[in-house]
Parts: sequence; structure tokens; C-alpha cells
Amino acid sequence: MSFFDKLKFNRLKEGLTKTKDDLFNKVNRLVNASSKIDDDFLEQLEAIFISADMGYETTDLLITNIKERAGRDKFFDQSELNTIITEEMKKILADNLSEFKSFDLNVTQKPFVIMIVGVNGVGKTTSIGKLAYNFRKAGKKVLIGSADTFRAAANDQLEVWAQRAEVEIIQRPDAKDPASVAYETVNIAIAKGYDVVLIDTAGRLHNKSHLMEELKKIKRVMQKVVPDAPHEIFIAIDATTGQNGLNQAKEFSNTMGGLTGIILTKLDGTAKGGIVMKIANDMKVPVRFIGVGEKIEDLQIFDKDSFIKALFEN
Amino acid sequence: MFEDLSVKLEGVLKKIRGQGKITEKNIDESLREIRRVLFDADVNYKVVKDFLEEVKQKSLGENVLLSITPGQLIVKIINDELIKLLGSENVDINFSNEIPSVILVVGLQGSGKTTFSAKLAKLLKKRGKTPLLAACDIYRPAAIEQLKILGKQADIPVFSIDGERDAIKIAQTAIRHAKNNARDTLIIDTAGRLAIDEEMMNEVRRIKDAVKPAEILFVVDSMTGQDAVNTAKSFHDQLDFNGVVLTKLDGDSRGGAALSIRSVVDKPIKFASVGEKLDQLEAFFPDRMASRILGKGDIVSFVEKAQQEFDQDESAKLQEKLRKNKFDFEDFLAQLKQIKKMGSLSSIVSMLPGAGNALKGKQIDDKVIVKIEAVILSMTSDERSNPRILNGSRRRRIANGSGNSIQEVNRVIRQFEDMQKMMKNFNKSKLFNTMRKMNIPPTLMKNLK
Repeated sequence: MSFFDKLKFNRLKEGLTKTKDDLFNKVNRLVNASSKIDDDFLEQLEAIFISADMGYETTDLLITNIKERAGRDKFFDQSELNTIITEEMKKILADNLSEFKSFDLNVTQKPFVIMIVGVNGVGKTTSIGKLAYNFRKAGKKVLIGSADTFRAAANDQLEVWAQRAEVEIIQRPDAKDPASVAYETVNIAIAKGYDVVLIDTAGRLHNKSHLMEELKKIKRVMQKVVPDAPHEIFIAIDATTGQNGLNQAKEFSNTMGGLTGIILTKLDGTAKGGIVMKIANDMKVPVRFIGVGEKIEDLQIFDKDSFIKALFEN
Repeated sequence: MFEDLSVKLEGVLKKIRGQGKITEKNIDESLREIRRVLFDADVNYKVVKDFLEEVKQKSLGENVLLSITPGQLIVKIINDELIKLLGSENVDINFSNEIPSVILVVGLQGSGKTTFSAKLAKLLKKRGKTPLLAACDIYRPAAIEQLKILGKQADIPVFSIDGERDAIKIAQTAIRHAKNNARDTLIIDTAGRLAIDEEMMNEVRRIKDAVKPAEILFVVDSMTGQDAVNTAKSFHDQLDFNGVVLTKLDGDSRGGAALSIRSVVDKPIKFASVGEKLDQLEAFFPDRMASRILGKGDIVSFVEKAQQEFDQDESAKLQEKLRKNKFDFEDFLAQLKQIKKMGSLSSIVSMLPGAGNALKGKQIDDKVIVKIEAVILSMTSDERSNPRILNGSRRRRIANGSGNSIQEVNRVIRQFEDMQKMMKNFNKSKLFNTMRKMNIPPTLMKNLK
């Protein structure tokens, strides 16, 4: 591991501390206090998983698997039991994530258009700022399009992030139609030879059909300029969101004709990294980036191996 | 809001209701289903456990076993326990005798504090207060700007100190500013913070010490998962807040946070935020909410809302016309305007019994009203008061004028005729009289059918 990678890994580990403490220390304590796998033990294990936002289904699957293995392998000491539980959790993550390679910042199409969608308050604008920083670091010429024409001062907020990331931004404070801003941004990107275009959109609840229609329009008008745009549609999901996160992903996916990735934000603030497990198990959309802090470098490419390592390694 | 939870619970409850004989076994089965429904709704693990334990104890009690309709009784037990979870009645904000009375708004990032602060200011102004908003979020880029814009929209002054990096100083100066400018209530918007961020929690504690708020409100996103309870608890441990505000309840959240927080921190939910517009903030009534969750609707809020927004004279005039069977397009138009004042159609409909199940997966499009309005507005006044003259060429003209197809115009006219017919029948019905007493225009009922 290079020095830089190590630094990043340490940030990730730090960001996951709360999840790790909560989830694994609890499992540890439970295992150490139990002498056999009985209903009581399984119920307590269930409580830990549900409390980590893994959701009923994923929890049920985990418990069933653990029960089966424990029954098959008969008894063992506590460290063996601990291993079984950890392995089963790892398996759910690894099985479901195996087909996805980590996101590569070295995009080839030009301009490479990324659109960010999501409900209100999940951290879309902040993520755009951090993404822009990541791409610029990778040597790309980045243009941000501010297509949140609804929220008060959204433009100003994005501008601050563009400055921090040292990239250009297109914004039309008086524009009422977000699609027109997106259209203009893509046009300028072509004219001026930008590599990456990041389109920020207004937060919207996924059950508001008229607002969801607006997203389709943004996509449509960009396609007039770049037929295969957007090349990526990321949904930002707040890691503290519960089971509703799944609804959000489904509805946005339906509207957009598929999502290509998830940005999981605010992972540092929650003990509920279990949502990653649920997302892995329920959705066939890869987690692309995770937010583990408020600083501009705190958005990391989701690498399942580092993630699993940061989570499971002592 | 809560539609999903309500649909799922209705399903389980229907089964229970039908049961003629209650045994421990079939109760266990039903409770297992409810358990799953509640977990899927993000209700806290421990809260679910205690809730089900309580329901089970009561369900196996003598009353139920001896009852002729044990299923009904269990449904009632569940209802009562739900209300207990949500708190029993609406609790209003505390105001101090000092001027200004200070309200401190706190919460996690992205929970909706800034928007809520502006909405609350607007609501208090409506109640005759003279609020001042103070922008103390010095961290999030453009947060202060956002509050200023919202303040302008709500016509509420916003206090801020450009470039000031000390939130405590802003808050203190805001108090003086409120005093000097005769503002009786000060609402302080703070930065979002994680409960585990000691430095930031320290800051908000210092704000609290400096401004001595009469009310501290904890704002929480209603879509929050199992962590909602922990976050609320640690904010509560450190700030001892007075009440909870649930935001984004207009989403399809199943309300786990709503059902969990109160029972853990024992502080009432005071407000629910139900839309992006500044007047979409409601006082929270636990019993009505429980009723909605159980699919029984919330007729009380519905009637209140209708009475609040509907023009008395208009309604009286309309009823007179209805009595004489003289309902025309002008009246239709007036009715639509009144309905629009009540809020979005979906929010109105969600208050009606069984709405969750009936509307499962369906979207109510508010544009329908706009379309009907456009069609009517493209009619001449002759046509409006005498719809019978609407022949083919007139309809074509209306279609062109309103930007609709002729089929759409025909549909609106057909709807109108249906309504006329219905009104005729209404005239003779008891329901009409009841509604007249409640001051609810019949058009609304028709629209909600």
C-alpha cells in the first residue's frame, strides 16, 4: 500500500469506526457471553442486525445461514462461532459485490456526463463538490452544471464547492427550468473541451411524480447534444436512511431508466453501515462512492476489499 | 405519509378481525406479521419488542377471550398502543414571558432545519407573533443565504452577521436585535451536526447557555432508520430538548422514526413537515396519526382543513344553487379554487379512511385541476352559465384555446355533467345535510371519490 493509499484507508477505517464498534463489538460481546446457539442467542443476534438497518430480509437470510452452519458444524469454541458469523456477513457483501469493479476515474468518453439525483438533504451538492475534486486530482478538466433551480441558495452552495475543488461551474440564478441549465452546461463542455460534466439536481421525494418527470426532461435534453448522456446516473443515499432507501433507489431507477451507481453519504455519522449490506443484498446497483466525513477529500471510491477489510479487520 | 405501513397493517388486521376464536397460537402468528411490518417501517427494535409484548399481554386478557368479537377488540388494543407510542395529544411550543422568546432549532445535517425554521416563522406570524429568524449555521456553504431567501419568501426578517465565525455571538446579538426591533419571538437556525461530534455539540450547548431558549426543537428526517432513536437520545441527553419535528413526511416513509422516538426520549412530536412549500407545516396530532396508520383516515383534520380554507359565503351561495339545481361551470371553477387552497390533492385524500389501500401505487396528479381550470377559463361566460350550448365547434375552439385535445375537453364536460347529476341526488341525501352542517362543499366529496 502506498502512503497515499494508506492515508485513505485510515480515513475509511475512521469513518467506519462507529459501525464497526456498534456491529462487531456487539456481536463479540454476545458470542463471548453465550455457550450455545439457541433461540435466545439467535434473537439477540437478530436484534443486532435489525438495529444496524440491515432490514428484515437480509437479517433473516443471515440468521438462517448462521443457524444452518452452526447446526452442521456442531459445536465449536467462541472464536469459531465468531468466525462463522463474520464469514456469513462477509459472504453477503462479497457475493453481491463481486461482479462490480471499482469505479475508474479515467473515463474515456468526452465529455463524460454524470448526473446526481436523490431525495432532499442527502448530500448531493456536497458530493458533487467532492466528486469534482476527485476528477480534477485525476487530471480531468471538470465542469459542474447547477441544475438545482429550486432550493434557495443551492447555486451559492455549489459555487463554494466548485471553488474548493478548483473547477468551473455553470449556473443561471434566474433560470426556472433545470433542463435548460443542463443543456447549456453540456454544450459549453463540448465547445470548450471539458472531460467531465457533473450535473447537480434539486432534491425531490421519489413519490412526487411531477418532480420525477422533470428529471426525465433533464436527461432528454442532454441527449440532444450527447446522445449517450448521461453516462452515469448516481443516486445519493444518506447512510442513516432506513428501509426507505430501497424505495428511493427503486423509484429513481424507474424514472431514469436505471441507475449506474450509489453514493452513500454520511457514513461516518452512523452506526448503521448495515445499510451497505442491505443494499448489496437487495439492489443490483453498485455502491460507487462513500462519504466518510465533511472535508473535500472525504468522498472515497468504494472499494469492496478495503471496505470489508476496514470493517472486519481488527 | 404512512401509506405503506397502513396498507400492510390493514392486511394483517383484516385477518385478525375475522377471527372468531383467539388462541395464543393465532395471536402469535399475527404478531409475528406485525413485527415484520414494523421492522420494515424502521421502527426501533426495542420499541417493537415492547409494543408487541404489551399487545400480547392485553390480547390474552380475559376481556378478549370472553368477547364475542375478539378480533375487533385486538384491533382496538393495537390502536390504543399505537397512540401510546405516538404520545396522546398535541403539545404546543413553549413561550417565555421574556422578549424575545427564543426557539432553538437543532438536528443532523440534511434533516431540514433551515426550511423548518422558515416554515415555523411563517406559522407563528399567522398566529399573530412577530418572529425574527437568526442564521447561525456558519459552516454549510450558503446556509445563511438560504435562510435569507426563505425569510424573504415568508416575509420574515432574518438576522445574520456576514463573515462572523462565532455562532454564539450571532445568537446573542440576534437577541438584542429582536429586542430593539420589537420582535417577540426569535427562531435560531443552527448548523447540522452529528451527535458524536463533540466539538460541534459543545458549540450548540454554548448557544443554549447563552440564549436560554424557552423551546428547543429537534428536527429529524422521517426516513431515518434505526439510528433515529440513538441520535434523538444523544441530542436529548446533551440538550434536553422540548419537542421533535418530523420532516419530509410527504414522502413514502413508513414512519419508523415517528413511532420510535417519542417512547425513547419521552418528548412529544410537535410538528410534521409535509411539503416543500413554506405553509406545508402541520401541528402533530398523535391520535389522528394513529388513525391514519391504521387506515381509518383522519376525518377530523380533513374537516378542520376544509373549514379553515373554505370561504363561508361562497359555500352558502353554492349550496343555495345546488338546492335549485343551478350548478354551472362558474361554480365548478370556484370550487376548484377552494380545493386548491386546501393543499395538494394527495395530501387531502390521504386523510380519508382506507385511502392507503385504495390508492396503493397510484399517483394523484394535481395537474388534473389545472387542466380542468384551463378548459373552463377558455369558455365564454355564456357557455359557463349555460353549458347546454357547447356544440362541436365551440368545443373545438375551447380545445384550441386551452391547449388541450377535443377529447380532453369532452372529458371535462362529461365530468361536469356527472357532477350535476350527483348534486341532484345529493340534494335528497342525508350526507348532503351533514356536509352542509360541516361546511364542506359537495364538489370536494365528488373529487375525492
